Amino acid sequence: MAIGLTHYLVIGAILFSLGLFTVLTRRNAISVLMGVELILNSANVNYVAFSHFSSGRLDGQIYALFVIMLAAAEAAVGLAIVLAIYQLFHSIDVRAAQTLKD
Amino acid sequence: MDISISTAIFYLVAFVTIVSAAGVAFSSNIVHSAFSLVGTFGGVATLYVFLGADFVAGVQILIYVGGILVLILFAVMLTHRISEIEISNRAVGRIPAFILCGGLLALLVTTIRETPWLTAAKPSHEPTTSRIGDLFLQQYLLPFELASIVLLVALIGAVVIARKEIKE
Repeated sequence: MAIGLTHYLVIGAILFSLGLFTVLTRRNAISVLMGVELILNSANVNYVAFSHFSSGRLDGQIYALFVIMLAAAEAAVGLAIVLAIYQLFHSIDVRAAQTLKD
Repeated sequence: MDISISTAIFYLVAFVTIVSAAGVAFSSNIVHSAFSLVGTFGGVATLYVFLGADFVAGVQILIYVGGILVLILFAVMLTHRISEIEISNRAVGRIPAFILCGGLLALLVTTIRETPWLTAAKPSHEPTTSRIGDLFLQQYLLPFELASIVLLVALIGAVVIARKEIKE
């Protein structure tokens, strides 16, 4: 069986599920960000695979590049927020940052 | 049954990608999780090469492996005392999350296998960089400029959020 579109889509689905599992189970804010990066990578694999096999144009690659740009911005701001939370609460457990609820 | 060398390399790369993603998801040591992310990002970059997306593969290496991963490792090292690395990455609610994600994965794989995807285009492996540059400066000029403003705002915002308050 030749390597086709479905192979890449299945890899994207597996990466998405593992990223969702990471986001759901971790209490550590940095691990949650790692899970988000996995999810963004799975979306990018799907974009580029469809661009290669289905449309034949470069639009999918352009969208993947935009996703990578925004992932860089998200990682910078997210990790800055993590550092700020750590300075305030001396912990990066995401439950520490729920004082607004009380 | 013709198993060519590129097919074998594809399966090897897919295996490395998925195993290191599983390492990110299941490892109990956050430093191991962060280093497993190297395998995932590198594997995805190799998949982009297989898909004929050379520029995206280069950008993936530069930004993810060279930028985001270093940022994550900095954050790990800055926020953990080394002695408590082992206990600080604990996971909660693994079994319901496993059932949920497993069910979602089964649903996605079934959908992917059943759907008759459009595979009309003839896959090409031409160099893409100059065409991407043309598209960025013609058709996608406004989103491109907006992305540059977003990056500037994120840069300033990250500095403002992460700096220490200096009391007068």
